[in-house]
Amino acid sequence: MPMSTQPAPAASPLAGAPVLQVAGLTCAIGGAVIVDDVSFDVARGEFVAVIGPNGAGKTSLFNLLSGLLPATGGTVRLDGTDVTGASPSARARRGMGRTFQASSVFAGLTVRENVRLAAQAKLGGSLRPWQRVRDRDAAHDVAARSLERVGLARRGEGLAGALSHGDKRKLELAILLATDPAIVLLDEPMAGVSIEDVAGLTEVIAGVHREEGKTVLMVEHHMDVLLGLADRVAVMHHGRLLALDTPARVTSDPAVQQAYLGEEL
Amino acid sequence: MSTVVLLTITGLGLAALYFLVASGLSLIFGLMGVLNFAHGAFLTIGAYGTWWASDHLPGAGSTGWGFVLAVVFGVAVGTAVAALIELALIRPLYERHIEQVLVTVGLSLALVALVRATWGADPHPFPRPEWTQRTTSVLGANVPNDRFLLIGSAVVVLVAVLAFLRFTRFGLIIRAGVENRSMVTALGIDVRRAFTLVFAIGGAFAALAGALGGIYLGSISPGQGTSLLIFAFIVVVIGGMSSITGTAVAAVLVGLVQQFANYYAASGVGDLSVVLLLAAVLLARPSGLTARLA
Repeated sequence: MPMSTQPAPAASPLAGAPVLQVAGLTCAIGGAVIVDDVSFDVARGEFVAVIGPNGAGKTSLFNLLSGLLPATGGTVRLDGTDVTGASPSARARRGMGRTFQASSVFAGLTVRENVRLAAQAKLGGSLRPWQRVRDRDAAHDVAARSLERVGLARRGEGLAGALSHGDKRKLELAILLATDPAIVLLDEPMAGVSIEDVAGLTEVIAGVHREEGKTVLMVEHHMDVLLGLADRVAVMHHGRLLALDTPARVTSDPAVQQAYLGEEL
Repeated sequence: MSTVVLLTITGLGLAALYFLVASGLSLIFGLMGVLNFAHGAFLTIGAYGTWWASDHLPGAGSTGWGFVLAVVFGVAVGTAVAALIELALIRPLYERHIEQVLVTVGLSLALVALVRATWGADPHPFPRPEWTQRTTSVLGANVPNDRFLLIGSAVVVLVAVLAFLRFTRFGLIIRAGVENRSMVTALGIDVRRAFTLVFAIGGAFAALAGALGGIYLGSISPGQGTSLLIFAFIVVVIGGMSSITGTAVAAVLVGLVQQFANYYAASGVGDLSVVLLLAAVLLARPSGLTARLA
C-alpha cells in the first residue's frame, strides 16, 4: 500500500470528487451477512446521517469504514485512494477520523493535554523529546483552536476524567479536529448524554460541519437532532442500505416506513 | 536519639537505592506491561562498569572528577545495554507477555553469569571517594556521607523524571501510553519509540543505583543486583505498579521499615517486615498506594 501524505482539502486536485466512496461494501462473519452490498458517496462538506433500527448494521458499517472490521467484499475509497485493506491507524493518518460509542479520552491527562497529544500525532516532529509541552508551537495552537471550537477552552487545565459525559463527547470532537480529518465519523454522539447537554453538543457538531467545513458521517437515533443537521439521511435495515435521500423525502418513503413499522421515526 | 537519626538517614539512603531501581521498573511496567526481571542485571552492569572504568578508563579514577567520570561510564554502559535489549529482544515479543517474562528472567541469569565468568564470583572492593567515608554530625549522630549522596541522587532523579513526564512532549506520550496504549496508537503515534526510551531510562537509573550501591556497601559482587531487585519489585507493587510518586513513597516506607526492624528486632527481621508491609498494603489497598503516574 503506497503511503503518500494526506493532501490539504483546499489544495487537493480531487476537490470536486467525493471524500468517501463506498462501493458494494460487504461484511460476512461466519454465515451472517452484517453489512450487505452497501454503496454510497459522501461529497466534500456534506453531512450524512445514518439511521436504522437496532442491529441494522450502522456501527458495523462504521467499523468497516474505519478499518476495525475487515471487508469481505467491495471497496472504500478515501479522497480517491483505496483504503479497503489499510489498518485503522493508517486510515486515521489519511484523514478517517472517528469517535466511538464509548467515550475514549485519557482520563488522567488534562483536557488540553488530550487535544495536544492528537495535534502532536498529526504534526509529527517529536524528534526533540525534551521539548516542553507548553511551548507555543504549532501543536499548541491547533489544540487551542480545537478546544475553542468545541467550547472547552476554559476547561483546558482540568482533568479529562472529571468532565461530564457531554463534555467528554465535546473533548473527543476536539481531539478529532486536532488531527485535521478529511471526514468525521461520529458514532451515536448523543448516547448517554443528558437531555440538557444534547442541545449544546448538537450546536458544537453543527459548528464543526458548517464553520469548519468538515465532512461528517453520523450514526444517530435522535431524529429531531438529525433533521436540523443532515443534508442527506441514509437508512439501514438488515445490513442493507434502504434509502439515501434528503431528510424530508426519506421520512415520507413508504419502504422506510415499512422498515420502521410501529416505530416512531 | 542519635541512633534513631542514624537509622532514619540510613533507611532513607537504602530507600534511595530502591527508588532508583524501582522507578525504572514501574515506568517499564506501566507503559509496556513488561515485568523486567533483567533489571537487577542493569544494576550489576552499572556497578561493574564503574568499577572497571575507575581502574582502566583514561582520566577516570577513584576520587574527585575521575570517579564521576567512572560513574558516568558505568551508567552509559547500563543505558546502552538496556536500549539494545529492548530493541533486540523485547520489541520482537511485543504484547507477548509470558515470552517477555521468560526472556528477561533468562537475561538476568545470563548477564550475571557473564559477569561472574569474566570477573569472578568473589566480591571486589569498590572505589570510594574519600569524603563519602567521612561522617557528618546530624543531631548528635555521626552519619556517613555516602547516605547523603544516595538520598541526593534519588531526589534529583525523582524531580527530573516528574518534570520530564509532566512538561515534555515525550512525557505526555508516556503518560497517555500508561493510561491506554492502544488509544495512543490509534492517534497514529508510534509508541514503540517511547518503549525504547523508557527502557533506556530505566537501565540508566538501575546502573546509577549499582554505582551508588557499590559506594554504600564498599564492594560489589555479581549477585548484588538480583537480591536488590526483589525489594525493588516489592516497592513497585506497594507504590501502585505504574506510579512514580507512589514508588518514591513506597521506597521510603520499605527502606525505613527494613532498617528499624533490623536494628530493634533482629538482623533479618527487616526483610520479613517488608514482606508483611507488602501484605498489609495489598489487603488495605489492592491497587497499591496510588494509581496515578505522576
